[in-house]
Amino acid sequence: MAAVKYIALGLVMLAAAYAADQGRDIAFRIHGLLIFLVALGLMIWELRRSDAPRPVPVQGDYKDDVVRAGVIATAFWGMAGLAVGVLIAFQLAFPVLNFEWAQPFANFGRLRPLHTSAVIFAFGGNALLAGSFYIVQRTSRVRLFGGNLVWFVFWGYQLFIVLAATGYLLGATQSKEYAEPEWYVDLWLTIVWVCYLLVFLGTIIRRKERHIYVANWFFLAFILTIALLHVVNNLAVPVSIWGSKSVQLFAGVQDAMTQWWYGHNAVGFFLTAGFLGLMYYFVPKQANRPVYSYKLSIVHFWALIFLYIWAGPHHLHYTALPDWASTLGMVFSVVLWMPSWAGMMNGLMTLNGAWDKIRTDPIIRFLVASLAFYGMATFEGPMMSIRAVNSLSHYTDWTVGHVHSGALGWNGMIIFAMIYFLTPRLWNRGAMYSTAAMNWHFWLAMIGIVLYAASMWVTGIMEGLMWREVDDQGFLVNSFADTVSAKYPMYVVRGLGGLMYLTGAGIMCWNMWMTIRGYRPVTQAVAQMTAPAGAGAAPATPAE
Amino acid sequence: METYTILRAFADSWFLLAMFCFFIAACALAFWPSQRRARQEAAEIPLRDDTPADVTPQDATNTNTNETRNG
Repeated sequence: MAAVKYIALGLVMLAAAYAADQGRDIAFRIHGLLIFLVALGLMIWELRRSDAPRPVPVQGDYKDDVVRAGVIATAFWGMAGLAVGVLIAFQLAFPVLNFEWAQPFANFGRLRPLHTSAVIFAFGGNALLAGSFYIVQRTSRVRLFGGNLVWFVFWGYQLFIVLAATGYLLGATQSKEYAEPEWYVDLWLTIVWVCYLLVFLGTIIRRKERHIYVANWFFLAFILTIALLHVVNNLAVPVSIWGSKSVQLFAGVQDAMTQWWYGHNAVGFFLTAGFLGLMYYFVPKQANRPVYSYKLSIVHFWALIFLYIWAGPHHLHYTALPDWASTLGMVFSVVLWMPSWAGMMNGLMTLNGAWDKIRTDPIIRFLVASLAFYGMATFEGPMMSIRAVNSLSHYTDWTVGHVHSGALGWNGMIIFAMIYFLTPRLWNRGAMYSTAAMNWHFWLAMIGIVLYAASMWVTGIMEGLMWREVDDQGFLVNSFADTVSAKYPMYVVRGLGGLMYLTGAGIMCWNMWMTIRGYRPVTQAVAQMTAPAGAGAAPATPAE
Repeated sequence: METYTILRAFADSWFLLAMFCFFIAACALAFWPSQRRARQEAAEIPLRDDTPADVTPQDATNTNTNETRNG
């Protein structure tokens, strides 16, 4: 078995070294070198432990070391992604920050996809990996299925992030929003993702609980749908097997429709369904009461997955896309408002009778803020998908503001809540090191989001109105450059908002460091089945 | 007939109906009275899931012992 590993790693090294030497473009060659070094490191690591006794596989404990790694990776990539976001925000306000000496690697065009992928897939993705691994074990009452396959998923995903990020800087992109990585990186992610599905599904199949808790339904929908979206949207033929460039299978409006079917469902299933999985676990857990209505959570689940998948065409109003298709997308987007708010109410009403915790418990405060932003973003989104509103908002900064009130508010705040929930538990500390720091983080993040969203509303609506303004002769009043200079003050405010949000996250990292310091590994025994319902569970009966 | 036309006609008639029926059935099941007990059990799964490392399985029926640890 070991020999097979050495031979496989040797072959990978050989192919990677050839790619590094013969690659058709700089990105491919550097990726060849990177993969060569990773394989070399793995080979040395394998050889060094070849004579060590095999550790006996543990069975009785939850597999939490991968969750610990995931929490740290979430914080690390969060800081990286937010920092790049602040940099590009200021690049828009002060173009001189596109430094001459760093061209072409650090110009806005290459850093922007680095920012979006880092925050969505690295920050959000690691949070979903860590959260889903933690939750599926607890709610299924078994250790994670798959042994070291879990570690392959974790490190394989980190490698995907590094390949994607360095690829953008070096100019390898297939120019599809949120799907920029080139063909070989896409293939790698597909392998990792299938393994993720195996681990997750295997754990659910071997569960000791009779029911599959609703959070796991959302995680499963997230994993399956992302697999489907990723494969279909990345159907491409590489120009050369030794180069990064590829050509899309679809062309023209079909390609655009596939892209936005993917793009909107990346929001719908990655940033919504997956994060609702976190919400349906951490809100009841932290409030110590069952979810407000389990019925509503089931209806929420089915309505959300049935509706989201159709909403993509609203990104293509007034394009070559047929009217019926964009009307379909618009109608489903508006209908989607209802299940979204049902989910928000279900989360908020779980706190019914425990509202005082908003004042006393910083984690609850993060969760409530997150749900509030979820509600706001899922109202704003359907409104902006209406064709008439879209004619004003599309291509303006209003869209950017909308995305960020969802991403910074809903996704960011729930990730912070998760980190504050998990850190003391995973490292067996009583609580976070500093509650004051948690409050500082909360208010910095809140004010940061408000500054961000408000400035983007102002500048978005302003530029939308300026673009369409015509004089009495029917000529356009403003040139494009007029709108750019008019936006300057709002761009500065937006940058400051982002800086505050980043500072808050920095405080969190310090707080995590202080909490974890003096780390002793701990293992939590797999929880035994206890008598369901009634005894000792929740203080009040839920509105079942 | 073109493949597109056939698929299009199928998608916006029978398949649409099938999806709608599935959705209605899923919602009906969510409200089914005999499922009340199952729903209640499922809703309480997260509240019964921690057993601190120092608690032996015999004591594990006493859940939520570490709720006080939250910051």
